[in-house]
Amino acid sequence: MITKDKQNTLIWLGLAISAIVPFLFPNHITLLTYIWVMIILALTWDMLGGQTGYTSFGNILFLGVGMYVSAVVQRDMFSSGLDRFERVSEIVVNLNASEYFISLAVGTLSGAIVAVLLAVILGSGILGMRGHYFAICTLGLGHAAAEIASGIDYIGAGSGMVTPLYPRELLIGKEAFYYYAFLLVAVATFFLFRKIYQSQFGLALNAIRDNENKAESMGIHTTQYKIAGWSISAFFLAIAGAGIGNVIGFIDPVEIAFSGPTFGVWMIIMAILGGKGTIWGPVLGAVILYSAKETFWTYLLGWDKVALGLLILIVVVYFPKGILGYFKDRKQLNNSILSQKGEG
Amino acid sequence: MDLLNVKSVDKSYGGVIANHDVSLTVPKGKIVGIIGPNGSGKTTLFNSIVGHHPIDSGEIHFNGKEISSLTIPKIARLGMLRTFQQTHIYDKMTCVQNMQISSDIDSNWKRIFNPFSKEVDEMADELLAFVGLYKKRFLLAGDLSFGQQKLLEFAMALMKKPTILLLDEPTAGVNPTLINGLIDRLRQVNEEKGITLLVIEHNMRVIMNLAEHIYCLANGTMLADGKPDEIQNDQRVIDAYLGN
Amino acid sequence: MITYIKILIDSPEFLAQLIINGLLVGAIFALIAYGLALIWGVMDIINFAQGEMVIFGGYITYTLFYQFGIHPILTIPIVAVLLFVFGLFIYKTVIYRLLGEKDIFITILATFGLAILMQQLMQAIFGPDIVTANPELGMQFLFDGALIISNIQLVSFIIAVFVAIVLFVVMKYSRLGQTIRATSQNPRAARILGINIDRVYANTFAINAALCGIGGSLVVMIWAIHPFIGLVYTFRSFFIVILAGLGNFMGIIFTGMGISAFENVTGFIIGAEFQAAVIFCLLVIILITRSIRARKKRQYIQ
Repeated sequence: MITKDKQNTLIWLGLAISAIVPFLFPNHITLLTYIWVMIILALTWDMLGGQTGYTSFGNILFLGVGMYVSAVVQRDMFSSGLDRFERVSEIVVNLNASEYFISLAVGTLSGAIVAVLLAVILGSGILGMRGHYFAICTLGLGHAAAEIASGIDYIGAGSGMVTPLYPRELLIGKEAFYYYAFLLVAVATFFLFRKIYQSQFGLALNAIRDNENKAESMGIHTTQYKIAGWSISAFFLAIAGAGIGNVIGFIDPVEIAFSGPTFGVWMIIMAILGGKGTIWGPVLGAVILYSAKETFWTYLLGWDKVALGLLILIVVVYFPKGILGYFKDRKQLNNSILSQKGEG
Repeated sequence: MDLLNVKSVDKSYGGVIANHDVSLTVPKGKIVGIIGPNGSGKTTLFNSIVGHHPIDSGEIHFNGKEISSLTIPKIARLGMLRTFQQTHIYDKMTCVQNMQISSDIDSNWKRIFNPFSKEVDEMADELLAFVGLYKKRFLLAGDLSFGQQKLLEFAMALMKKPTILLLDEPTAGVNPTLINGLIDRLRQVNEEKGITLLVIEHNMRVIMNLAEHIYCLANGTMLADGKPDEIQNDQRVIDAYLGN
Repeated sequence: MITYIKILIDSPEFLAQLIINGLLVGAIFALIAYGLALIWGVMDIINFAQGEMVIFGGYITYTLFYQFGIHPILTIPIVAVLLFVFGLFIYKTVIYRLLGEKDIFITILATFGLAILMQQLMQAIFGPDIVTANPELGMQFLFDGALIISNIQLVSFIIAVFVAIVLFVVMKYSRLGQTIRATSQNPRAARILGINIDRVYANTFAINAALCGIGGSLVVMIWAIHPFIGLVYTFRSFFIVILAGLGNFMGIIFTGMGISAFENVTGFIIGAEFQAAVIFCLLVIILITRSIRARKKRQYIQ
């Protein structure tokens, strides 16, 4: 078994390697960035989906909201004099370095705040339901949001909008900047979530997963905990969304912002593949799935998405506990055998 | 002083009358028992009191406060806890974690993202030792036997320092050799910690030993109440149990 | 939006047109919703792949029509049989393994995975383009052309009603229907009485698939389909079932027709591109209201 100290050593070693990786593979920085993105997505999904056992199909909503809010702030903050009669989807804003980073920071934060508000409002309605009804209510969130976004001209409607251009002639290029930004956010998310799961709050989430009726009868206001958990997820998801929008440079409601078949599905399957309800599971799942997808799936020539669908089905049906869940079960089994022996 | 006061409560499920005009009082610091044949509405009454479902009519006062429209968590936070007939524990968590989460976690929101305090851990260990589960404290609660789960659930309830504890058949499924020990502990809890107990029990020997006052429910109505020996000799109670 | 409302007020015959069209095609939605209610009630499984099964049925009709020249209406029995077999296959490979699962989300996730897989498979096989299999049956002009009803809508309404009657008779009088109803009421008692629960579940799931297939055949004749439009049908089925209740056969039929008429009118007013969003938001609003009301009664909906 890996002790805490060894685990931390491993983490720092991993981070040290991650910090120099962009210099080793300068042609693959964007790809590496996406690994951090995926880790954030999987970790945030797992807060509700794994720790409380409430499988949400609608977390993609917060990603898209963060993306759009941030993009709008970035576009309008320093250039209010834009001619609104031109086609919104073609507006490209040129900002100088300080404007760019200030608007990016403000935009990201606003996106995160809007997402949290949305999570609280939606959550107080939806998270009071259980089981089937909760799942049904989350299933269409992303889809509905995409349709609504497609109807709002201010954000470019169906054709989407362009995020501001990264200022030229900076010490650090766009790809490297976003690589380190996502590295930072992912690491922060990881450590914060780990702290949360080891806290009283985290155990309350687990109590909801194991027996919500009991938790209520012991005086825990379960809905409030679920809302709080969802809001924390929404916060980091929206930050990730703001970043993704800028990395891609272009936002579109169906294919990118509220893209259920890509980000929406990936976050779920990554968390489950690695082992939901654990802190390392989503990280592991994200790394494995995304690396696999980027390396050999391209050889599947158009059948890669079918393979993803098949993978979801196989994992859920035959391997629902994921990689870490499998090992945890075995460890638990050994423990109970040992303790029974010790007692006898 | 009456800690819990139930006044003519009615409850029916789609035509089936589960409780009709049921009244009872539980004085502070006492142990009160509820007996009655299967299906006489004992658990329904418990569920009405702790807020599991709405009541059709009547009043329920706890500590002088009307609680019949409050939700389960709110009632629990007033200091009224219940255990279940079929055990309800967090089965994928260890016994210690089960105990920790049963402590009063969110009275102080600022500490919610901190780990559990030393006091909580010590109290958990102490109470686990009290019910005899100390050796099993790192096992998953779901791996315990039914009887052990009942003891764990009892210890979890104590963790919250309730004013009153509603126990639904605490000895059912518990190893007969352990029952005497359990009775002692219930009494100890009542005397030393001052927790009022309202106990549903089928085991006559247990309830007659334990309770100071007993209510007997039959067919959803309150049939009789009195001291254990009065109840034992009450012809109506005997008839109800024999099925007349 | 207001101009559209005005149009409807100024020309009631157009409003009537929208409503009648809605009622006619609503019978198809009711069939699909009934299938969902059936497996929900009997097996306690909600199927997120409901819409994908509908679209799959549509693609089979389309293929039989264009590749083999079979008239679309004649493909319906073939589609029903194929989807029935497909349902059995899915039951054996996926659903059967999850029946004992305590965590209901695992089952939901599995049907969600199935939905994704079917979407992607259909895209890989049939391509991402919109297809239709309109049999070109012409129109009916009623009241001097004030009311136009396309014959295919009329025909599909008749077919849907016919299927509903067959279904009703099967559920009420056949041995299969009786065992399904018995199992839905009390699976343990049914098992003790010697009913093969596994077979009942398999048949129920397959019947649902067949109903979806029939629905899909009719859908592809009236409108057009593409691999990713299934979600709309899934929402609609949930909406109908949640409004009407699980065991209410006639309720589902009428709710289905009513919702469809309502959708036609709102679709005209605020634009058909918001179709899924409107249904979904209404569904969520209804559930939240119910949840708040249940909360007042110290309950929650699950």
